[in-house]
Amino acid sequence: MGMTITQKILADHAGKKSVEPGELINCKVDIVLGNDVTAPVAISEFEKLGQEEVYDRDKVVLVPDHFAPNKDIKSAEQCRLMREFARSKGIKNYFEIGQMGIEHCLLPEQGLVLPGDVIIGADSHTCTYGALGAFATGVGSTDMAAAMATGEAWFKVPETIKMVYYGKLPAWVGGKDLILHTIGDIGVDGARYMAMEFTGEAITALSMDNRFTMANMAIEAGGKNGIIAPDDITEAYVKKRARRPYRFYQSDPDAAYHEVREYDVSTLEPVVAFPHLPENTRRVSEAQGVKLDQVVIGSCTNGRLEDLQIAASVLKGKKVHPEMRVIVFPGTQQILLEAMRRGYIETFIEAGAIVSTPTCGPCLGGHMGILAKGERALATTNRNFVGRMGHPQSEVYLASPAVAAASAITGEITPPWQV
Amino acid sequence: MKYTGKIYKFGADVDTDAIIPARYLNTFDPEELAKHCMEDADPTFPSRVKPGDIIVADKNFGCGSSREHAPIAIKGAGVSCVVARSFARIFYRNSINIGLPILECEEAIDGMEEGDQIEVDLERGRITNLRTGISYLAQPFPAFMQEIMAKGGLINYVRDKC
Repeated sequence: MGMTITQKILADHAGKKSVEPGELINCKVDIVLGNDVTAPVAISEFEKLGQEEVYDRDKVVLVPDHFAPNKDIKSAEQCRLMREFARSKGIKNYFEIGQMGIEHCLLPEQGLVLPGDVIIGADSHTCTYGALGAFATGVGSTDMAAAMATGEAWFKVPETIKMVYYGKLPAWVGGKDLILHTIGDIGVDGARYMAMEFTGEAITALSMDNRFTMANMAIEAGGKNGIIAPDDITEAYVKKRARRPYRFYQSDPDAAYHEVREYDVSTLEPVVAFPHLPENTRRVSEAQGVKLDQVVIGSCTNGRLEDLQIAASVLKGKKVHPEMRVIVFPGTQQILLEAMRRGYIETFIEAGAIVSTPTCGPCLGGHMGILAKGERALATTNRNFVGRMGHPQSEVYLASPAVAAASAITGEITPPWQV
Repeated sequence: MKYTGKIYKFGADVDTDAIIPARYLNTFDPEELAKHCMEDADPTFPSRVKPGDIIVADKNFGCGSSREHAPIAIKGAGVSCVVARSFARIFYRNSINIGLPILECEEAIDGMEEGDQIEVDLERGRITNLRTGISYLAQPFPAFMQEIMAKGGLINYVRDKC
């Protein structure tokens, strides 16, 4: 019996010829990641171990992005704890705010995560890096602490659901719509404990930015990891960034899958997820007319250059609705700089949007755009749980940058072809 | 280890934002977090919960964010264990790692109502509703996870191995 790409990567990192779903294994990890919310807990646990140094100072990555730039005194203390730990342990990959970005946009951009890696991060959206053909999964702070000390983590080898996307994507439909449609199909626990392997001609045709968006939201279906087999598009992305060797893995033709699901993408429309679960999906034409107070464009899901390019193309020469608050937050400093050079930032500001420094802030209701009671936002982020972006009685609708930009102009949920 | 306590019953897909909203994540002090435990699912929970009480929930409990603050808040509130139809993966892992007892049991959930007194026998994985007298058997943990739990969490387990 052959193995899936996920099994192969895990087997190699466990020093085994093969692994079976359900098997408990110990794996070497290539990167251990934490942020200003999760790393302080991990550092406090790490210190209980009494170990002087981290296992490899080049393989630990620390990014203050959630409540940074520091939103209050307590957050400032958490960031300082992380900063001082990074300095005292000689951790090179600590990104101060001038170099930083939202972690899941930043790590691929910096070439820190590569095809064939095993990556754990104390952040649930660590699964984003599966877009590069890596095994990447979110863990908690204690797992991060143990991995910083030992360089290893334990895993139960997951079963895999194979998703096959065939046909050509219609205009205005992209990675965000594919993944929301998939979550709408299988539910928020449809891939619980499992690997989601995204395949098919529509995936092969997707840009890296769109692939990151898809893998990013595997966790919203309960997935352990989302993964896309690396190809020429992956190679073009990583070869100019990588500073260490990487390896392409592919699933065997006779690999065993828990399930194979097929999707004809040619009939899709942009998708909107209604409150309060990402599985509550509707076609944008069936979502039309919901009045909004705020539009948020950005995050680890949709804060990359292509996302900003699409939003700018819709907003170019237009004005946002006078009663709307529109917040754009690019994924990294580099993305922000490039968006500036290309004129996207000018377009956003001229249209009446604001542009924020990279931060996770608004996405998780941390800072920089909190919702009041009864308010509604449409966001290109990944979660629309109760209270996610502010007051427990506020509402979040999830959609693509194209739908977000169109809705910013009209003040209500709007298909991008109508503006 | 046996726990007896009153249950608080929650529905399906309770996410970690509901267990501990991000607005409180600027600290990881268990007592501070406990003050807001389950706040966005039930605002009265933090003031009603007593040490030894038990959370019972439907499927996919703890989905969403990986914040370990979620099981820390529950443990900090004095909740002795959580019984659910199923758990989201990261929450499950975090609970084992920090030593919050959790049990997965399909059948028990339908046989329990808010306010029931139940007894949970962790070693045997047996859950008994003291109101109805009916017992249910939870999914057993793999030996490896039992070892982590027996040592009181992953940090002690790793320290003993090193």
